[in-house]
Amino acid sequence: MKTASRIFTALVFIFLFAPIAILIIFSFNDAKSLSVFSGFSLRWYRELIYDDATLESVRNTLILALSATVISTVMGTAAAVGINRLRNKWIKSAINTVTDIPMTNPDIITGISLMLMFVFFGRMFGRSDSLSFTTMLLSHVTFCLPYVILQVLPKLRQMDPSLPEAAQDLGCTPVRAFFKATIPEIMPGVITGAIMAFTMSLDDFVISYFTSGAGFQTLPVRIYNMTKKTVTPKMYALATIIFFVILTMLLISNFADEDASEKRKIKRDNRKALKK
Amino acid sequence: MKKFVSLVLICTFICLMLTSCGGETLTLKVYNWGEYISEGAEGSYYTIREFEKWYKAEYGQKVRVIYDTYTSNEDMYSKLSAGAVSYDIAFPSDYMIERMIKEDMLEKIDFSNIPNYSNIDSSFRGLYYDPQDQYSVPYTYGIVGVIYNANTVDEADADGWDILWNPKYSGNILQFNNSRDAFGTAMYKLGLDVNSTDKSDWDKAAEELKTQYPLVYSYVMDEIYNIMESGEASVGAYYAGDYFTMLDAQSDDVDLRFYYPEPTNYYVDAMVILKGTQNKELAELFINFMLDRDAAVANAEYTYYASPNKVVYTDDEYLEELGDETIEILYPPIDNFAEQYNKYAYRNMSPDMLDYINALWEKIKIN
Repeated sequence: MKTASRIFTALVFIFLFAPIAILIIFSFNDAKSLSVFSGFSLRWYRELIYDDATLESVRNTLILALSATVISTVMGTAAAVGINRLRNKWIKSAINTVTDIPMTNPDIITGISLMLMFVFFGRMFGRSDSLSFTTMLLSHVTFCLPYVILQVLPKLRQMDPSLPEAAQDLGCTPVRAFFKATIPEIMPGVITGAIMAFTMSLDDFVISYFTSGAGFQTLPVRIYNMTKKTVTPKMYALATIIFFVILTMLLISNFADEDASEKRKIKRDNRKALKK
Repeated sequence: MKKFVSLVLICTFICLMLTSCGGETLTLKVYNWGEYISEGAEGSYYTIREFEKWYKAEYGQKVRVIYDTYTSNEDMYSKLSAGAVSYDIAFPSDYMIERMIKEDMLEKIDFSNIPNYSNIDSSFRGLYYDPQDQYSVPYTYGIVGVIYNANTVDEADADGWDILWNPKYSGNILQFNNSRDAFGTAMYKLGLDVNSTDKSDWDKAAEELKTQYPLVYSYVMDEIYNIMESGEASVGAYYAGDYFTMLDAQSDDVDLRFYYPEPTNYYVDAMVILKGTQNKELAELFINFMLDRDAAVANAEYTYYASPNKVVYTDDEYLEELGDETIEILYPPIDNFAEQYNKYAYRNMSPDMLDYINALWEKIKIN
């Protein structure tokens, strides 16, 4: 039984990481082939540095992901606060369901319907190019919003509602009470929501594909368009770099987390000691 | 609180509006296939930037080229015809140009702005999709040939389309995974017209494909690269330009060769100006620039497809860069290209016929 479970675990890890490992190995291949490894070289990394068009699409992807994250985090947090304050149970669950729709909807339906809507309004205003950076950003905000709301709502529910009330008792204006008392309490949720929104936006292909306009192509769309010929190992090099950047970010955030929880623990212990 | 949130929202939207509208510099929007133009990798010629530079020097005005890519003719067509995007220039293939002319999506080109049009070989005039040469300027062309691994295939069998039906190579043959190309190989083999509107012709070809079915290793499109490079299969049909990509990456125990069976399929990709262009003259200048020696040679070297531009295939640097063997394969002697092309190239079929062909194709593959 024990060996069986070990084999199973090993298989799970192989299927999870073998594709990434192969991609990383072949990004150092001297030749263009995906089947033959003919020697170690940094050739594709060098070619990537000189490939302005690809680097521009990376920049586009980051600009889009960052702006979508900022907007959807602000809007999502505000929406969560609003939803949390609703008294009527029916309205509340109705709104919750509606905000979940972009998340549960298949990407391709979201993408096509957004494109149709943009084209419809574009036609109404007599434009032949209704898609642009703006439409792409609106779409990304649309599908990022539910993730933020979903992360912030539980934090609001956990929060003691008397905290902001107490702040107001002590002379805060409602706005100030919100920023001084509510925001610090729900911050972990806001941050997780923002990270989720960022990753969703970063790796989205389907919706971007349908809503991208002239002059603003993201990396996933660009790679897809390379399939007339083969995708060059330059892209493996780029994927490898992205993978390691994200890996380091994850490691750092994990260490930071541990650090913070340790500090919190020490504080708690100190307080307990004081009470005694 | 409400006011604050709405203020933030209004501000962001105003910002977005401003960024999306842009300023007053001239813009030219180009829509091309992915990896179909030299983009300055490893210090090579960056076509788009060079055009901007050239225009600035020549006319003293700044021009910004917006350059986007698509992955198939259909992909481009659907985005343009939906009115989702607008571009000034595109690079569709022959049959798509015919369709776009019919649907009034293309602008007639004023050739007085394109003196370099004389660089295009005269055998590329009067092609079926644009018989009066009013709408398009050829960019690349290609011919379907047979690729085989000389280590496993007998040199003597390497002739005509029969090799794809040769039982000697059972389990080592690759066939196109798209109805038009697959039927094409069978119809050329049988000497049928690939644009036939007679359903019985297609039935005959379907029979031929059925007899081939047990011999086929796999039905492929892009996958052919890896399969041929590694020697997994011995023989398959594909475009000459793509053969060189495979040659570049073949394993040590594979020796890929190439030949043209007769007759075979040709395609031409051409530059067109789209209806609704904001600055037609600028688009024409861009096309003219693409036909100029430097740009044309750089792009032909980058794409590895044959160029209909005389200046390219007589250029010493280009000939040296590609080598005699490559040139021989890329530019086979064709007497009267236009006639061959108009006779053997695939054309648009009526939706009715396409349905019929696809139904036959599905049956073959389920078998």
